[in-house]
Amino acid sequence: MSVLAVLVRRELSLAWTRGGGALLAVGFFVAAAVMLPLALGPAPERLAAVSGGVTWVVLSLASLLSLDRMFERDFDDGALDLLALGPLPLEIVAAVKCLAQWTVSGAPLAIAAPVVAVGLGGPVALAPMILVVAGLGGLSFAFLGGTGAALALASHRGGLLIALVVLPLLTPPVIFGGAAIANFGSGLPWSAALCLLAAYAFACVALTPFSMAGACRNAQS
Amino acid sequence: MITALRVEDLALQRGERVLFRRLSLRIAAGEAVALTGSNGAGKTSLLRAVAGFIRPVVGRIAFEGAAGDLPGEDARRAGCHLVGHQDGLKPGRKARDELLFQARWHGGTAAGALAAAERLGLTRLLGLEVRVLSAGQRRRLALARLIASPRPLWLLDEPLAPLDAAGRILLGAVMAEHLAGGGLILAAVHDPLPLDARQVGIAG
Amino acid sequence: MFSALANPARFMAFSRWAAPILGVIAVGLIGAGLWLGLNAPPDYQQGETVKIMFIHVPAAWVAMLAYACLGGASFISLVFRHALADAAAKAAAPLGAAFTGVALVTGSLWGRPMWGAWWVWGDARLVSVLVLFLLFVGYMALRASIEDEAKSARAAEILALVGLINLPIIKFSVEWWNTLHQGESIMRAGGPTLAPAYLTPLLLAGAGYSAAFGALWLERIRAEVWRRRATSLALRAALA
Repeated sequence: MSVLAVLVRRELSLAWTRGGGALLAVGFFVAAAVMLPLALGPAPERLAAVSGGVTWVVLSLASLLSLDRMFERDFDDGALDLLALGPLPLEIVAAVKCLAQWTVSGAPLAIAAPVVAVGLGGPVALAPMILVVAGLGGLSFAFLGGTGAALALASHRGGLLIALVVLPLLTPPVIFGGAAIANFGSGLPWSAALCLLAAYAFACVALTPFSMAGACRNAQS
Repeated sequence: MITALRVEDLALQRGERVLFRRLSLRIAAGEAVALTGSNGAGKTSLLRAVAGFIRPVVGRIAFEGAAGDLPGEDARRAGCHLVGHQDGLKPGRKARDELLFQARWHGGTAAGALAAAERLGLTRLLGLEVRVLSAGQRRRLALARLIASPRPLWLLDEPLAPLDAAGRILLGAVMAEHLAGGGLILAAVHDPLPLDARQVGIAG
Repeated sequence: MFSALANPARFMAFSRWAAPILGVIAVGLIGAGLWLGLNAPPDYQQGETVKIMFIHVPAAWVAMLAYACLGGASFISLVFRHALADAAAKAAAPLGAAFTGVALVTGSLWGRPMWGAWWVWGDARLVSVLVLFLLFVGYMALRASIEDEAKSARAAEILALVGLINLPIIKFSVEWWNTLHQGESIMRAGGPTLAPAYLTPLLLAGAGYSAAFGALWLERIRAEVWRRRATSLALRAALA
């Protein structure tokens, strides 16, 4: 079994058990989304008009809050040192962690997203686009969120600092994803927005591991 | 393959505090060095500096190979084991899974890992979760990777602390075998090591 | 030139006279720009209130400039491990946040008589500046939350570079988003093409704001250098 496969299996298993894994993230997502009709009132047209956008925003928050311990656990119990002295560079380790996070938390969130949107009164026809956008966007959230988590390692302060640092950086995927959903819903061309979202996600996957590894090394020094 | 560790004129700093200056040291294959000094003197920091986590302010750390100095990054990632105060074990996981991961991650095999567990008397504990193990058992589990995936340079931070008398004798034997096979040991200790080692004091 | 300034002693000597001179230049340029602008004929559509653009637009420009300087100093600090570059990055952040705040407040004040609302999301520049403000706040929050100075500096550098790379993408995405929703809003982002009577005072004010940023930045770097010297002297005295 190659070393990479060993690492991937371990990170998937750890992501599954860490902090309740997928269940907690999806649970938070649903609970927060319920806030909307409670705050806005039950009028269906008003809810339907914002359902796509609100689902998208709450999804980004749920993604962020579910990753704040991604590096911290390993840092606290010495496993990060172990990972740094292994055969694979720390950049690959960071990328594997984020991919595991996306697989374990991001995929269930992406599946829950259309359900939540429809529950909030959005049209069912929107569901496939929401699924795709949530999946691609979730990739950006996992990798940028991972960057925030790695940067915040040295501070021992968790979720809120990471969210504050990362949320403005999430502007492009939030805009592209929201545009894709909105345009798809109103029959306008949506492929440009989706391509931009995908391009941004892949750029994150390619580039952020370097900043994550640098931030981890900073915290370990 | 690391044949010697050379520390030249090293000075380390933590935050604003300079830990020590002008430390020079050479460990050749088959040698063990015990670092002594009071708490906070910089023993752990020296080990972490050799492992590459802390950048020296002054001086350098070199790994000698058969044909001259080896590139630091490669030497560390392929030739060093660091067993620190924390053992890197996940409390909620089974001991067997942790052992297998640590061994494989460092280039060992599953069979080697299980043999190492046998050597350290851990076999009957492998089915348990890490958090139910005692401190001494966890330390032995963490040390198992030293045997399971052989690497020349061992950086040990107070390896004996949680071990009982039997455990210390066992570790001493393991360390002696490692040295006999051409390995190097740099250990930070409060108590004397159970084998012949050069003492190097760290003072500010 | 930068390598000549990299020596802290030489930087301190240079900034000692450079900062006040830049300050004087700034006052002169801003004064000239504002005087010319206020005396220019009122706008056909917006009357006199458009004149607030002479405070708002240069502030928005300098906000971007400040982040570029923050990113540049962070890059130099990361690559060359230069303490002075790190001090420069640390000093630039609150200054940038202040200019960004001025841009946001004056943008809001400008929007009120024009569009009848205290804040409009339809202005791409205003929204970009808001996101920029959040980037500054995030940088300062990260820096403040890590006690160890060296680690705080390194983490902040990485964040500044990630933000710098993201910034053009953010700007693009906000402008793209704005054009998408153009049909739903009644205002045009960025404003109409500028008459020369407005362009000259705007450029003067822009140059003046940049000079002001330069002067204030140099002063803040000096203050940071002094602070670090004082801290290490105190530490040495305590441990002696």
